[in-house]
Amino acid sequence: MVDIPYQPGRVAAASTRRRRGGLAAMMKRKSMVAFLMALPLIVLIGVLVVYPAFYAVHLSTLNKSMQRFVGFDNFLFLFKRDTFWLVVQQSCIFAITAVVFKALLGFIVAHFVHNVPAKGQRKWRGMLLVPWVIPPAMSTLAWLWLFDPSYSAFNYTLGMFGIGPIPWTGDASWARFSVILVNIWYGAPFFMIMYLAALKSVPEQLYEAAAIDGANWWQKLWYVTLPMMRNIIAITTLFSLIVTFANFDIVRILTAGGPLDHTHIFATWAFRIGIEGSDIPLGASVSLFMLPILGVAAIFILRDINKRGNES
Amino acid sequence: MASTLTIDKAAPRRNPGYGSMSRDRAWALKWSYFFLTIFAVFSLVPPLYMLITSLKSSQEISAATNPWWVFHPTLGNYIQLLTSNQFLTFFFNSAMVSIFVVTITMLISVPAAFALARMRFWGSATLATGVFLTYLIPDTLLFIPLFKMFATFGDWSGIQLINRWYVLLIIYPTLTVPFCTWIMIGYFASIPKELDEAAIIDGASWFQTLTRIFIPVALPGIIAATIFAFTVSWAQFLYPLVFTTSTDQLVLPVGIITTLIKGDVFNWGQIMTGALLGAAPPLIIYAFLMDYYIAGLTAGATKG
Repeated sequence: MVDIPYQPGRVAAASTRRRRGGLAAMMKRKSMVAFLMALPLIVLIGVLVVYPAFYAVHLSTLNKSMQRFVGFDNFLFLFKRDTFWLVVQQSCIFAITAVVFKALLGFIVAHFVHNVPAKGQRKWRGMLLVPWVIPPAMSTLAWLWLFDPSYSAFNYTLGMFGIGPIPWTGDASWARFSVILVNIWYGAPFFMIMYLAALKSVPEQLYEAAAIDGANWWQKLWYVTLPMMRNIIAITTLFSLIVTFANFDIVRILTAGGPLDHTHIFATWAFRIGIEGSDIPLGASVSLFMLPILGVAAIFILRDINKRGNES
Repeated sequence: MASTLTIDKAAPRRNPGYGSMSRDRAWALKWSYFFLTIFAVFSLVPPLYMLITSLKSSQEISAATNPWWVFHPTLGNYIQLLTSNQFLTFFFNSAMVSIFVVTITMLISVPAAFALARMRFWGSATLATGVFLTYLIPDTLLFIPLFKMFATFGDWSGIQLINRWYVLLIIYPTLTVPFCTWIMIGYFASIPKELDEAAIIDGASWFQTLTRIFIPVALPGIIAATIFAFTVSWAQFLYPLVFTTSTDQLVLPVGIITTLIKGDVFNWGQIMTGALLGAAPPLIIYAFLMDYYIAGLTAGATKG
């Protein structure tokens, strides 16, 4: 009887010593099969994610030719450079502003889509999700062309109203605005779809009960919708913060860090130094600065997951 | 006739609340449509502008006419790109990479998700959490150590992997496998346990249970994961930029940017055509399988 169905609680409780022995053997076999099934995943994560992550730490302690251990010299060198602090500043501005606006926009749009009768929702959802579906490298090229200083469609349109021309990617603050705008355009649909899913899961009775109690739409939003959506809002925001903080494509294609390194974020500057400047240890040091924020976000997300795991 | 009219008139008077509520509702609906239109325009301007520019000749692009309209539509850009060997090579490389990566991803993550969702083994809970955490480690953190690792591996074994398109087959799964495994663990967990227990009682092995029972039942979840793996590997930009440089090894996004932009000369008509063609496969898939895509999107980031 090898193929006894696996029912750990019930079988173990009723089993005699002899049957427990057979069960143990089967468990061993089953866990072995399970382990083998998961083995490629473990190897992949171990060799291509965990090992490189630690290897990055090791690399960051070497000198430029990667022959000598220099300890924290790379980091000390970075701290003395103005560009580094510019990158820290821009990374934070970029990530926080973009995530806040994405979340706000996503929240508002999700409500509007939710308002529309169910029949038309698919059509609107489809159109609004298009920015998220196009590979960002491709859509950023379109933005680059829209922002073009001499022939751009934006400046032409603004020119008709007597405004401009605006140096979208040429001036430091406009360039910062542009990369954030493109990131919002690209990322807002993700929030929209997550919030829409959350809105649909709020039971209609709660709103009816609130309406009977005389709640206006603001009170309904504040006391019914937001508490019900709190988990999704938190996890989506944290998640997007990680992705936005580690963004590469948009900044790289739109401004390549310019003008004068004002739009560099950690990823693009690490690429500039590590691959283009072939100073691999210094590039690795720069990219490691993303770790603390990833760590903090991961802890919060994990806590959220565990909490929900305990509830169910 | 007259009687129905009086009833119609009387009804709102008896329940004044309903009348004002439906008027509120109609008003809210009108505003919803108004703002949704604005947001839809904001979403669709860049792709539409790609399409508009791709239909223009270079003369029309450099002429100071209204950029939002095509006065002399031409398919010249499309013909030029689709007959150039370079572009076809990029497209071919992208397609090969994506197809192989999707296959590899599914071969690794379906059994792993099955094992983690159904069969407990030592450390399986930790591994499931670890898979999710791996998904949070971005490509921008790993590209430098990976580059160095592959360079060292090339020096040590003589097998040159850098600057070959197939190096991407090894790297992309780090992006796709954790996510696909994660959403499939969630999907598999939602399948009733009785189903595979019955199969085991009937004498099926674990592998047979997976292929005969689980995969057919979990097909929607697997399709969602497949679409995801495809979109991710089609859109990836950083890894090919780091790992490939020769023109014949490039994939589409990097290829368009490095070959169509020559110095300061931007051939916008062709760049936009290339970008549109590069955006087309995900857009087409999404047009037909939007619901699976959204299901994968929402399941992946929310299911605990």
